Amino acid sequence: MASIDTGGDGGHKKGPGVKKAKKLSTRVDMTPMVDLGFLLITFFVFTATMQTPTAMDLNMPKDIKDKDKETEVKQSGALTLMLGKGNNIYYYEGQLEVSAEKNNFKQTTFKEVRKIILDKKAEVIGKHYHNPEICNPIQESAKKKGDPDWQDACKDVDFVVIIKPDADATYKNTVDILDEMTINQVKRYAMVKITDVELGLIKATEQSTGIK
Amino acid sequence: MPSVKIPKKSTDTDMTPFVDIAFLILSFFIMATKFKPPEPVEITTPGSVLSQALPESNAVLISIDSTNKVYYALLSEKEPEKFDDVINGVNSTQNLGLTPTEIRNFRKTYMVGVPFAGLKSFLNVDPNEQAKVDQPGIPVLDSTNNQLLWWIRLTKDAFRGQPLKFLIKGDGNSKYPAFEAVVDALRKNEEFKYELVTSLEDVPHGSELKKVQRWQTK
Repeated sequence: MASIDTGGDGGHKKGPGVKKAKKLSTRVDMTPMVDLGFLLITFFVFTATMQTPTAMDLNMPKDIKDKDKETEVKQSGALTLMLGKGNNIYYYEGQLEVSAEKNNFKQTTFKEVRKIILDKKAEVIGKHYHNPEICNPIQESAKKKGDPDWQDACKDVDFVVIIKPDADATYKNTVDILDEMTINQVKRYAMVKITDVELGLIKATEQSTGIK
Repeated sequence: MPSVKIPKKSTDTDMTPFVDIAFLILSFFIMATKFKPPEPVEITTPGSVLSQALPESNAVLISIDSTNKVYYALLSEKEPEKFDDVINGVNSTQNLGLTPTEIRNFRKTYMVGVPFAGLKSFLNVDPNEQAKVDQPGIPVLDSTNNQLLWWIRLTKDAFRGQPLKFLIKGDGNSKYPAFEAVVDALRKNEEFKYELVTSLEDVPHGSELKKVQRWQTK
């Protein structure tokens, strides 16, 4: 077993008058110590937290009192996502229109929302009209960052996602939708308070579909 | 018949190198392990594809648990006197009449989740026992009595001229209004940059982010 080797017998010459000293073994049984050592290793291996939490950045805009200074959004490039009860997402493109002949208020889930975002993004890119005044600075900064597709950097400039979580949306939903913005590289998005009209529509949909 | 003599080999192997390595690993784990401070609430953070190391000092950690209770924690390991600055500020602005022992206890308090009215009796409890106290959470949802506003303002005063980060650690099941109230309290203090504590998630394949990451790492 584990033991310290103490290299042979001394090498003294035994003279006739030298009394034979009693030899005590220097070998110590280290088994209990090793046992304990391994016990501690197992303990520390199990308790060690290797996964450290990470953080995502969130920047919020200042409160703007002036109506004139609010950021204007092109209607054609806007996608409004409302987060509701039971991980449901309600959305509409552009302006909300709910009437007998036209209704653009739709419902989806977190699994399908990526496709909706990407489809809308592709639609906005398809309609893009090159305006050098707006586009040149964006292209320049993308070029500086080393983006190989810097010429396309400006094409989604009109694409804006508006996120409106309601009172029943969970924090996880909020983080998930912000994550979706990162995953799909949506450069402009905003978190806005939900309006009463939209809340009413969500409530009505929830009642008719029985979502709890 | 001549008998063949098989030399007897010792079964005793020398385990010294093995034990050496074992103890080396042991010392590594002892040094590398960092114990989590006792948290009064368990919070499961949602996953996110964005990753960044978390600051451990000069930061305010605002936690939201699954029942929408809000907790405040000051992270300042390097400068423990900041704890005194904050609690003295709270004491004088809210007229709590805290005793020196209660003020000292705040240094070891990990999380505060009580309204100002209950702070005196909460700090009276031994810091090691505080985790067991059932805390009602800091009132935030009522916009006229958003007490987190004061906590942030006083912490900002204590850290004047120094960088201070705001971490929001929310439970995945907490509701959005609590988060909105926390952001509101920060926004009223002219703070617009926050870090949301999340656990790391994989980036989906074929997504736009994956493409961007590819040229960024080049």
